[in-house]
Amino acid sequence: MFEAILLTVSMAATPLLLAAIGELVVERSGVLNLGVEGMMIMGAVTGFGVALMTGNPFLGALAAIIVGALFSLLFAFLTLTLVTNQVATGLALTLLGLGLSGMVGESFVGQPGVRLPRLDVPFLSELPIVGRLVFSQDLIFYVSVFLTIGVAWFLFYTKAGLTLRSVGDNHASAHALGIKVVRIRYLAVLFGGACAGLAGAHLSLVYVPQWVENMTAGRGWIALALVVFASWRPLRVLAGAYLFGAVSIGQLHAQALGIGIPSQLLSALPYIATIVVLVLISRNRRLTMVNTPASLGRPFVPDR
Amino acid sequence: MKNTLLALAASAAVLIPAVASAQDDPTKACFIYVGPIGDFGWSYQHHQGLLEAEEHFGDKLETAYLESVPEGADAERAIERFARSGCDIIFTTSFGYMDPTNKIAARFPDVKFEHATGYKRESENVATYNSKFHEGRYVQGVIAAKMSEAGVAGYIASFPIPEVVMGINAFLLGAQSVNPDFQVKVVWANTWFDPAKEADAATALIDQGVDIITQHTDSTGPMQVAADRGIKAFGQASDMIEFGKETQLTSIIDDWGPYYIERIQAVIDGTWEQHDVWEGMAEGHVVMAPYTNMPDDVKALAEETEAKIKSGEFDPFTGPIKKQDGSDWLAEGEVAEEGVLLGLNFYVQGVDDQLPQ
Repeated sequence: MFEAILLTVSMAATPLLLAAIGELVVERSGVLNLGVEGMMIMGAVTGFGVALMTGNPFLGALAAIIVGALFSLLFAFLTLTLVTNQVATGLALTLLGLGLSGMVGESFVGQPGVRLPRLDVPFLSELPIVGRLVFSQDLIFYVSVFLTIGVAWFLFYTKAGLTLRSVGDNHASAHALGIKVVRIRYLAVLFGGACAGLAGAHLSLVYVPQWVENMTAGRGWIALALVVFASWRPLRVLAGAYLFGAVSIGQLHAQALGIGIPSQLLSALPYIATIVVLVLISRNRRLTMVNTPASLGRPFVPDR
Repeated sequence: MKNTLLALAASAAVLIPAVASAQDDPTKACFIYVGPIGDFGWSYQHHQGLLEAEEHFGDKLETAYLESVPEGADAERAIERFARSGCDIIFTTSFGYMDPTNKIAARFPDVKFEHATGYKRESENVATYNSKFHEGRYVQGVIAAKMSEAGVAGYIASFPIPEVVMGINAFLLGAQSVNPDFQVKVVWANTWFDPAKEADAATALIDQGVDIITQHTDSTGPMQVAADRGIKAFGQASDMIEFGKETQLTSIIDDWGPYYIERIQAVIDGTWEQHDVWEGMAEGHVVMAPYTNMPDDVKALAEETEAKIKSGEFDPFTGPIKKQDGSDWLAEGEVAEEGVLLGLNFYVQGVDDQLPQ
């Protein structure tokens, strides 16, 4: 029972973690991309469609990554090259994604999908509790965990990571030092798009292997909130995603057990938890200042 | 943030003329949907009704529809746009369109309005219609009690409105007619449509020992989980057999086509009148998907129950029925009044849940 709950929690947390870790890198480079939901849903429809047509879910996941990145390229071109407003462009990207995915996916509605297989590690997967949880998951779960650790290492222990953070903190100084601000931001946005695409593929290839319009149902927005929740620290994103997953699964179990708490309150719990943590974090102003990318959302025009 | 997004989405929604006509003055029927037509559930079925009407009338009918229109102020704009664009009859297909529909109807007396699942008819040109889905739920309950070994079914519910409460009660009454000790565990998803969350709810219920899943939310998520875990489940709103070939026992299918054809015909003939209909199996508005994945005796019992409800011989809410707290509701042989059912806000005995108020 406990193991089963943990499994469901990891299932619920994985797409949030993936999308959030991608967005974290984007925001660390000083760009605010509100189009996560749109990129996710494009990833979901692409992953499902390609898996259905080729019969190979791995190709589906790969295609979702590529389409997610391509979709974010549109955002990058508009905001970084044409210097449009990032908030408006991000919102537009979400709307475009929701509409476009519905159109592309019209013929996939009502068709059962292909599930991404679980990868069993021999012997280890038979261990009690952790066996099934850690050594017998789908590929995307492993990617999400290793990617988080990789991003943490990259941002804080490599020179390239330092460069990326410097671009996010003060793009004018970084530019003066000869750092290619726009190029780095392009790469960060592409990475974010790829992650969001894969997060979408997790939904349509692992979580519920099917395609229906609007199936991301707001998870892109939760991922955005998680980044702030985690004060732009990768390992805290991991903790936040699993906390959010745990609360949202836990409340379903509480209901099924017949615990006499109103279900509306239980459903709101994950969001209440997020708000409480945000309030606690923002009380410590210095900590917030240190971690917030100072140039977040500010446009950059190179030749000045 | 999400509200802004929805508002933007609504203004971006595109008016889609579906059929252009060669004839002089075709009747124009317009539809407003709350979800995408690709939800494979509620809005999908309404759209199937539109398509059926198109096929029936050919070029005598022109149609238009708007999908994913949020309930509230945006709906008012959408309905008004339709009223101005020459629609003769406008179907607004969600509970939350009730006030906007009545407001616009008062200003366009020549246009006919049909509001689904509501109860307000403030001007002469507003009619309301709904279906007795609970009749199908009763049949499902009968099947569930026959098929379940655990004696407990899991019920994924959306919002605590009378419609949903009625469904839970009818399901349990059906089950208790076979096994008086049958229980229902209810999980409120607090959404009509979130495939992943609905799937999580199904997983939670199965982990707690239910071996039949039924749902009053709109996606195929729970069906897939049930299929994965090797238990049986009921579909919702449309035939979901493709998602659980070995899993789906049956499904309640909303068939709006006949009603839409009838009402559009009335507009063409000039005989349209305000009314309030609440029809079910007898009129063909509630259809059961084929009974599958069950032994023949269960199938026979289900068919027999369905036939009894259809012929009017039996009503799911026939006494004796006790409320959840054990007090009497309906006496022996007494049938619940429609007015009470449409405002139902309590459980019958045996529901393992507290109704959110």
